[in-house]
Amino acid sequence: MRVEPAAHLLQLPDKLARVSWVYVLILALIGLVGYAMLYSAAGSSHQPWAWRHAVRLAMGLSAMIVVAMIDPRVWFRYAYVLYAGAFAALVAVELMGSYAKGAQRWIDLGFVQLQPSELMKIAVVLALARYFHGATLQDVGRPLYLVPPALLVVAPSILVLGQPDLGTAVTLLAVGGTLFFLAGVRWWKFALIFGAAVAAVPVIWQALHDYQRQRVLTFLDPEADPLGAGYHIIQSKIALGSGGLWGRGFGQGSQSQLSFLPEKQTDFIFTMLAEEHGLVGAAVVLTLYLAVFLLGLLYAARTRSQFGRLVAAGVSMMFFLYVVINVAMVTGLIPVVGVPLPLISYGGTAMMTVLIGCGLVLGIDVHRDLYMKRFPVDDV
Amino acid sequence: MQNPEAERTRVFSRRLALLGGAQVLLFGVLGARLHHLQVREAPAFALRADNNRISQRLLTPARGRILDRNGIALADNEPFYRVRIVRERVSDVEAILDALAELIPITPQQRLDALERARSHRAFVPVVVRNDLTWEEVATLAVRSPELPGVMLDSGLVRRYAFGPEFAHVLGYVGPPNERDLQNDPDPLLRVPDQRIGRSGIEGRYDALLRGKAGLLQMEVNVVGREIRELQRRPGVAGRDVELTIHKELQRYAHRRIASELSASAVILDVETGEVLAMASVPGFEPGAFTNGVSHRQWNEWRDDPRAPLVNKALSGIYPPGSTFKMITGLAAMEAGIVDARSTYFCPGHLTLGTARFHCWRPGGHGSMAMVQALAQSCDVYFYEAGRRVGIDAITAMANRFGLGVSTGIDLPSERTGLMPTRAWKEASIGERWQPGDSVVASIGQGYLTSTPLQLAVMTARMCNGGYAVSPWLARPVPGDGRELIPAPKMDIAEHHLKLMKDGMYEAVNGSRGTARSQRLLSEHDKMGGKTGTSQVRRITRAERAAGLHRRQDRPWRDRHHALFVGYAPYERPRYAVSVVVEHGGSGSAAAAPIARDLLQKALDLDPSGPRLSAEGASPKRLTAMVDAG
Repeated sequence: MRVEPAAHLLQLPDKLARVSWVYVLILALIGLVGYAMLYSAAGSSHQPWAWRHAVRLAMGLSAMIVVAMIDPRVWFRYAYVLYAGAFAALVAVELMGSYAKGAQRWIDLGFVQLQPSELMKIAVVLALARYFHGATLQDVGRPLYLVPPALLVVAPSILVLGQPDLGTAVTLLAVGGTLFFLAGVRWWKFALIFGAAVAAVPVIWQALHDYQRQRVLTFLDPEADPLGAGYHIIQSKIALGSGGLWGRGFGQGSQSQLSFLPEKQTDFIFTMLAEEHGLVGAAVVLTLYLAVFLLGLLYAARTRSQFGRLVAAGVSMMFFLYVVINVAMVTGLIPVVGVPLPLISYGGTAMMTVLIGCGLVLGIDVHRDLYMKRFPVDDV
Repeated sequence: MQNPEAERTRVFSRRLALLGGAQVLLFGVLGARLHHLQVREAPAFALRADNNRISQRLLTPARGRILDRNGIALADNEPFYRVRIVRERVSDVEAILDALAELIPITPQQRLDALERARSHRAFVPVVVRNDLTWEEVATLAVRSPELPGVMLDSGLVRRYAFGPEFAHVLGYVGPPNERDLQNDPDPLLRVPDQRIGRSGIEGRYDALLRGKAGLLQMEVNVVGREIRELQRRPGVAGRDVELTIHKELQRYAHRRIASELSASAVILDVETGEVLAMASVPGFEPGAFTNGVSHRQWNEWRDDPRAPLVNKALSGIYPPGSTFKMITGLAAMEAGIVDARSTYFCPGHLTLGTARFHCWRPGGHGSMAMVQALAQSCDVYFYEAGRRVGIDAITAMANRFGLGVSTGIDLPSERTGLMPTRAWKEASIGERWQPGDSVVASIGQGYLTSTPLQLAVMTARMCNGGYAVSPWLARPVPGDGRELIPAPKMDIAEHHLKLMKDGMYEAVNGSRGTARSQRLLSEHDKMGGKTGTSQVRRITRAERAAGLHRRQDRPWRDRHHALFVGYAPYERPRYAVSVVVEHGGSGSAAAAPIARDLLQKALDLDPSGPRLSAEGASPKRLTAMVDAG
């Protein structure tokens, strides 16, 4: 019988043996659902989306395993560096980014388009986790102590909002808030911030772009402009309604197949799924997602270091927000903000972010017994 | 006192459990929402029946027609049939084009264009293969449609201009909306493929009226996309017809009459109502050419043509009014009390002012001249004197009152105002003081002065209708379009002064020494009056004048004088005012006057304004001007 070495002495085979393969399996399943949906969206064809999606999925899952092998102390050590890099890239898009869909979000590196706001989602989790790693409850009780981490969250959120990308800004704020919460910040402080935010609504309304205001207004009464701004959401609801309990069958979604449904391969792919496979299919997929999130929280709970716990929970929360925002959007619960459904929507950036993030979660779990001192930077 | 690390872990675990609970709860909300939409509300979407779906599309209203004053359609719509393919639904675009080519003729160019369009458009956008199918071809394709997946047959309406270039400038044309239109105009109709937008002329000016409003049609369609039944129809608003004041026959005649010239324009107004009966500009263009977007080559050709075929010269061409301006100078001098009907000036053939010498067109001079004679013979020196004495301020003010140098307010786009100079204008734009010599030149309509043929027609109408400030208009107001007709205001000008102008113009045509004496109307009981104008394009050099070269007709076209004529008929109670400008036509009496005579004669023959009013029974209510209400 082999005795497992101490946590900080794990070798590659030990690490692979400790990988929670059920987590990988569920992610792969979700990705395969995406593959099937994209195949259907193209009218039962691998082109132009499904094949490339499958390739990316394979690459992404491999990258995830590689990331999971990395010692969390490495992430700890470079957390602030990574954050600074992501922040600089965000500023760079602000200054010279190329334009896409009226929103300025990419840096074109020639071979790939880098989306710094996606990078920032992970960087903010790492930076906050590092900050709160050494914090006692007494520390987080002091308001001044909370100012630096608050800036770490708010500054990129404002930049992203200015791009303008409402969905990502909300995600950053919510993920940041979650980490504050898990670090032990008192309830009443959240209540205070929430009150201030509500009071700020009229101010924000003034600052919104016309297209964003239009989206909010359309959301409140989409039927008012069925052929203009309300088109997306009405068509999406019709598609959902026509799906019924069991759906119309694979490749049979008329709304999607007849191109009534806009952006069916990206942001509105969940609508197509729910049209073709009904409430049952949608529920199955949502359950798979929920399993991933809850597993992530479970890994957080059984990890020894505060840094690891915060990273696992924060990344799971980020992933969760993607899904909730997207599904709430296509079902008309919130305005259309342009957030994809990770692993199912066509498009590489969100899939990469999520799979790298899941790699982190998995890595935290692999190294769950690792003891990290309050300032363990020099140990690596 | 607990271990701080354990305490922190306890808080973390408790809160993590709360977070997990919140996530489950939120997913519960999503599930409930899906259940609500997919199961409970599903019947509300009327989509329960298997294999049926809703197709929603815009009902595009037919564009309103443009009619002449007698209800004859000048612009209307005719159906066309076309075949399109949807790339997303055909497996192989080339193969389907081959299959089509076996059924209907498709030229190699059409094939190439279709392939190009299929490549450049998104996969679900139908791209046109042929636009001009005959009914037989439509039938052939319809029969074979089961073998041709992804091929769509449909029909649409295309704008038709029955009289082509003859009405092109007045009507304008329609074309596909461009990026800027889409940005500035939120109307969903513009997003419909094949929708056209009015571009210039009446089509542009009244686009909102002609376009109408989109309706919405929801159809239930079956598995193969065949429409089963109508679910909901929200009717749009049909485009309104626009009725013009133009008289079709008179307009066609006017166009053909001036078409022999290289570049010319003419306007005929009803002097009582300001109605534009005809407005022609040559060369013209084919308005239908714009419907599907004009080619670059054609566009450049039109743009670079010095004769400006796309420009409506009747209101966008500006020319020195030349001698047609002399009535304004005369009226200014008389209203200021500087001259009366009997005052005379002696014309020795020139006027000397300081060191400058201003020539009369007649080298030997006219001798002693009074107002009517001076107008009839177009004596320059008489008006030099009158203009010099009354001054530029009074001349410009009078010109403005008669509609020169200001917008006439006609309901067509791109009207130019021309220029009636003032002292302030010269100082501001040239940076020099106004010189007495400038007034002298201005008094015969030369120098800085410019006006459009339409303005000259308005001037003539106001002069001959007893001094009512009619303004020209083309489209009859419809309720709610923000315009109305009001009685034309009377201008405060002495009637006997106006009568002298009328008489001077009458003598110019009918007098034994008039400049246009050969151009009187043929019939005995209808007399016309008019005034010639020959305006310099280029300064005449002393050497040219000495050699008599400035009258030669063999100079390059671009250097020749513009030929102008303004006139009215009939003399007793004027009903029609005309103005004709032949660009570089040489002389007003030779090039423009015969055209004007023919146009007036035609107007009298056609009698477009209805039964002529008797001389005594004039109703001032007939005198109208168009205003923007509100």
